[in-house]
Amino acid sequence: MRIVVAMSGGVDSSVAAALLAEQGHDVIGLSMQLYDQRGGEQTWGSCCTLDDLHDARRVASRLGFPHYIVNFERRFQETVISNFVQEYAAGRTPLPCAHCNSDLKFSTLLDRARGLGGECVATGHYARVEQSQVGRWLLKRSADGEKDQSYFLFSLTQDQLARAAFPVGTLTKPEVREQARRLGLAVADKPDSQEICFVPDGDYASFVARREPAVSREGAILDRDGRALGTHAGIHRFTVGQRKGLGIASTSPLYVLKIDADAGSVTVGPREALEQARLTASDVNWISIDAPQTPVAVSAQIRHRHKPAAGRVHALAEGRAEMVFDEAQPAITPGQAVVFYDSDTVVGGGWID
Amino acid sequence: MQRIYLDHNATTPVLPAAADRMVAVLRDEFGNPSSVHHFGQRAKAAVDDARSEIAALIGAEPAEVLFTSGGTEADNIAIRGAAEVLESSGKRHLIASAIEHEAVLNTLKALAKRGFRTTLLSVDESGIVSPASLRDALADDTAVVSVMHANNEIGTIQPIAELAGLAHERGALFHTDAVQSAGKIPIAVKALDVDMLSISGHKFYGPKGVGALWVRRGVRVLPLLTGGRQERSRRAGTENVPGIAGMGVAAHAALAKMKDEGARLAVLRDRLEAGILSGVPGTAVNGSTATRVPNTTNISFDRVEAESLLIALDLEGIAVSTGSACSSGTLEPSHVLKAMGFNAHRTQNSIRFSLGAANTEAEIDRVIAVLPGIVEKLRSLTRAPARAR
Repeated sequence: MRIVVAMSGGVDSSVAAALLAEQGHDVIGLSMQLYDQRGGEQTWGSCCTLDDLHDARRVASRLGFPHYIVNFERRFQETVISNFVQEYAAGRTPLPCAHCNSDLKFSTLLDRARGLGGECVATGHYARVEQSQVGRWLLKRSADGEKDQSYFLFSLTQDQLARAAFPVGTLTKPEVREQARRLGLAVADKPDSQEICFVPDGDYASFVARREPAVSREGAILDRDGRALGTHAGIHRFTVGQRKGLGIASTSPLYVLKIDADAGSVTVGPREALEQARLTASDVNWISIDAPQTPVAVSAQIRHRHKPAAGRVHALAEGRAEMVFDEAQPAITPGQAVVFYDSDTVVGGGWID
Repeated sequence: MQRIYLDHNATTPVLPAAADRMVAVLRDEFGNPSSVHHFGQRAKAAVDDARSEIAALIGAEPAEVLFTSGGTEADNIAIRGAAEVLESSGKRHLIASAIEHEAVLNTLKALAKRGFRTTLLSVDESGIVSPASLRDALADDTAVVSVMHANNEIGTIQPIAELAGLAHERGALFHTDAVQSAGKIPIAVKALDVDMLSISGHKFYGPKGVGALWVRRGVRVLPLLTGGRQERSRRAGTENVPGIAGMGVAAHAALAKMKDEGARLAVLRDRLEAGILSGVPGTAVNGSTATRVPNTTNISFDRVEAESLLIALDLEGIAVSTGSACSSGTLEPSHVLKAMGFNAHRTQNSIRFSLGAANTEAEIDRVIAVLPGIVEKLRSLTRAPARAR
């Protein structure tokens, strides 16, 4: 079977490609160029830089399959980066990796793959995809619970999952590195990529302000009763649950509770005020079941490093859903994903309102 | 897989006789051409034999040919070297066409940062620079005009003699980058009326890493590299003797068979072009078909991305290219097609086919046979751009 592997130049996708090639598949490596690299120098990016693209090519060359670099700069700008900036401008905290998966890797790249005769796209994600007995495609957590990335893949549709392969999803990270060494790949000991790839210094506020100068609008910091406590230099500098950088003297620690983009205000309060037992989500993608009209028991994860919490979810009109937790959860953050799990299986997920 | 190479404007395979000569020189003529003794004299002879072959290829005097590391360096010496000489006499204006190779365009950009004024001549849909546009651009302080002889992406041949005449009327020097014409079509520097001309060995079956610049006697260029007195003090550094010798053999061979090979390639190229235009709907040739080098055609495929088509063809064993690639090897919209006034889509859906010595009629027919299916498949999977959430 001809399989296109999305190769970032890191150890995970390199091993994914190598394992498929070893199994005798007709592998084609594609690396996405996502930023302008004409200068030959890395201006930004902690992944998919020129060096990473060359690493991917060396892996392909060692294993003897063709590898190409495709220019997705414009597409990346139009989808992932523009969404990232718009979300911050709207007072929300975006999750660009999930958009990159559903709007780039398993849409534009998948189309490219099919144009080249590829049956599916494989990536180096730590997740598993399986087909149920009734033919439904299921997304499951990886064998390595620590590295699991199913949270970032919740928005893949049945059509997308049917054409997705995650060859390292059944391995742990140490096993992946061991495979890389066995295969003699130069990337075996390459460090994991950190942070959001297109903001390697982690300074999201400056990144957003450079692209959308209007966000740098001064606004009020309010307490829960609407009293002004101070001012801030732009709502894009805040995320729900944030404690640092408020610049307000207070006897007890204050946390960001709410960001109001229209008013340009940030509401703060004590830690206990962050906890909420209910959330709604939009653009919900149901994977293991059809949209449940009555509440079903799930455990829900509200950010990448969040320990899933038990509760019940049911579908609302217009692709939305309501999740009620058994116990209140801290810092439910608009713009992040909520992903519902039944044990290791992704039930579905959506974008927190 | 039987592979078909149709990217000879990017590079050509080394002629076996050139490779043999290089190996012989590498082994046996190790002397330094600057040395007085026997070994140096032999190496010097190898270099000067090649100099005569290069001179013959372009209708020039051997003494006017200086060897470089390739076409890019030749372009740099010509434009920078002449501009620096003329700067002191108040000539601070440079002109080039908008369809030049980056070796010329980026050299002008670098000089612009140093205070030179620069003018780029646009072209029309034919891909040919109009003499009228040069006449308008020329000024009393124009130092150098640089217009390529044949374009690398679409193959069009520029009216060099006419353009050079206009430059000379206004007291400007004229340089032409003949990297894509040397070895393909007859060149006579006198007839072209130019002052400087660049060539590159690996475009006519010589090795990579060696080229030459012809400078008309009496034209001064400052050297880019300072050092010894090699190449009449215009290009310091011990000569790349094996590379130069290989290029000389390739130049001799190219000149000897130019007429027959040019006619053969034109027939094959026209067969390929006709086959694609009739076999694949929504295709068109970019640029004038009347005046171009015999081995090149550049074709736009409506509703296809050149990047996908190039990859799909490579997977079928067919090597083609678009004109320009960036540092990672991905494709950029063609600056040549942009300068010709084509829209954004057409600058990204065009493929260059450049033929060469090993290509056969059977290969061309195979390309014509597989292209329609590939293009149809790619078109069927083109989706409208998705909206951001």
